[in-house]
Amino acid sequence: MSVQPASTEVASRTMAVVEEMKHLEGPLLPILHGIQHEFGYVPREALPVIASELNLTRAEVYGVVSFYHDYRSKPAGRHVLKLCQAESCQSMGSDAVAARFKQLLGIDFHETTADGAVTLEPVYCLGLCACSPSAMLDGEVIGRIDAGKVDEIVAGVRA
Amino acid sequence: MIPRIFIPGDSGALALGADKVAAAIQAELAERGVEAKIVRNGSRGAYFLEPMVEVACDNGRIAYGPISPSDVKSLFDSGFLSGGHHKRWLGDPDKIPFLAQQTRLTFARCGLTDPLSIDSYKKHGGLRGLQNAIAMEPAEIVAQVTESGLRGRGGAGFPTGIKWKTVLDTQAPRKYIVCNADEGDSGTFSDRMIMEGDPFVLIEGMTIAGIATGASKGFIYIRSEYPHAVAAMSRAVEIARRAGVLGVNVLGSAHAFDMEVRVGAGAYVCGEETSLLDSLEGKRGQVRAKPPLPAHKGLFGRPTVINNVISLASVPIVLDRGAAFYKDFGMGRSRGTIPIQIAGNVKRPGLYETAFGLTLGEIVDGIGGGTASGRPVRAVQVGGPLGAYFPRALFDTPFDYEAFAAKDGLIGHAGIVVFDDTVDMLKQARFAMEFCAIESCGKCTPCRVGSVRGTETLDKLARGIDPDRQVALVTDLCNTMKFGSLCALGGFTPYPVMSALKHFPEDFRPAPVAAAAE
Repeated sequence: MSVQPASTEVASRTMAVVEEMKHLEGPLLPILHGIQHEFGYVPREALPVIASELNLTRAEVYGVVSFYHDYRSKPAGRHVLKLCQAESCQSMGSDAVAARFKQLLGIDFHETTADGAVTLEPVYCLGLCACSPSAMLDGEVIGRIDAGKVDEIVAGVRA
Repeated sequence: MIPRIFIPGDSGALALGADKVAAAIQAELAERGVEAKIVRNGSRGAYFLEPMVEVACDNGRIAYGPISPSDVKSLFDSGFLSGGHHKRWLGDPDKIPFLAQQTRLTFARCGLTDPLSIDSYKKHGGLRGLQNAIAMEPAEIVAQVTESGLRGRGGAGFPTGIKWKTVLDTQAPRKYIVCNADEGDSGTFSDRMIMEGDPFVLIEGMTIAGIATGASKGFIYIRSEYPHAVAAMSRAVEIARRAGVLGVNVLGSAHAFDMEVRVGAGAYVCGEETSLLDSLEGKRGQVRAKPPLPAHKGLFGRPTVINNVISLASVPIVLDRGAAFYKDFGMGRSRGTIPIQIAGNVKRPGLYETAFGLTLGEIVDGIGGGTASGRPVRAVQVGGPLGAYFPRALFDTPFDYEAFAAKDGLIGHAGIVVFDDTVDMLKQARFAMEFCAIESCGKCTPCRVGSVRGTETLDKLARGIDPDRQVALVTDLCNTMKFGSLCALGGFTPYPVMSALKHFPEDFRPAPVAAAAE
């Protein structure tokens, strides 16, 4: 399980990310991506540091973080499984695929298994519509998912 | 000659196991002590044949597919390095019917070349458009683009040249070129394919746009769901910089142009141009009211050209071959070619670039070959989650901006999702409302509240509660959303909902009523 760092450590690691990207035009999104890459999520303690460095209010920074689906407020599981739930995948049975994953993992979308193995998330299109239904496991793309592949993926993330 | 083996690195091919095939071929080469060069090309777009492996040898270029790792040993045994026969042998890829009948202008190199080799790019006609542009006056470049008839391929279909002219004519100390690569529509993947398979063509198109309008800085805003495209574009930008395509002297000229790749954060609405600009500025991706137009006050308040990937990637061919050449393809006011993406429950899914004008039926039944499930085609959604559902009765509609608008639909980003007869159109209509509710930026009420009420109303309809009243409510709500929303998300969500209701009314009647009507 990932351990959440102490707030002083968050501040110093946040500063390092901000320093690296502050010079960009419109630096906030790149900084937040950097923070999420650094910690695996966007810790609340990072927000005042970013706000002060970019001369924004904390509310402004929080508003941006909460607007975008990508930014997590707490760490994800060891694996992140994103299932495409958009129309092309729907036409090829993504509902049944999602139901099987949920049943085998015992969780719903936006949840993490109790052992911290995997976080399950819906995604609206991976651009793999020519091999629906599709998914992304830790950044790796998987197409034409059927019941057999679901079982294989579940066994893989549980191992 | 040492044979070259092409194994696509396109993420669609990777999703079907291309990396495992590449590893198996690498291992087999080592075991047999045979020399060959592996090239990770883009995809040609015939995804029903992916992973499609090609060999360039003394006998020309020969394709095999679809290949699984277990085929690799037998491929070597059949002498595939010199084009030998095998059960997966497809022959000359240019003669595969799906590919042979296309008109590849924008996608001319995609799948053919090493996407990150600038030499290969040049060898296949790359940079000729940019070289021509450098020798021209900005106004002449803009005139060429206008004359070509190129319209925004992102969905709105606004003439690209007119957008450029507005930016050229607006005086400002700094201007921007922004590429909208936030391709979020289900059923579309052409932007992804070009960024992964021929990234230099996009860089070339943006650079031409910069020279034409007096902008020296570009941004490519790519959605985070496309990590492979982000990686390919980022590397291509670095390579282009080293090759002098980007920088203070573009190809040795007096023009300066450089660009940055930026990554979105999972908001569908950022595909709308003004919310994309706000997102680039580091704000919540909320839609701006127009005017002012981005061409007058865009990114950081400066004049900004914001174009879709395919629009920009189609510019180099226009500047290379001339406006007349490009304009010669197409029909009516839809000129040139359009990369149609055939997806969903279809036998031959893939990207098919062709002149405007094929009918929907020719595309779905002819090129796509009907459904993958073998059941009858019942509905096709054209243009992504905000596009209308078409029944078979409208399959004679030609693929053209105006013809689709006349049938209460839209081409959008030219994605087509095929559904068989197991589809529940009430469920699809509900999803359209739900999706709008999830992705609404929240700025305007018709979209923010309407989508939630729409979902609830369709849920009541599904439970058979006072159906006539629910249908009347949804119809009225759609009217409000269509005319009252600030952008296409709320404004176009009525397309899938109302088209489903209009063309498939039987799905909007709870079971007892339907039984009585039969």
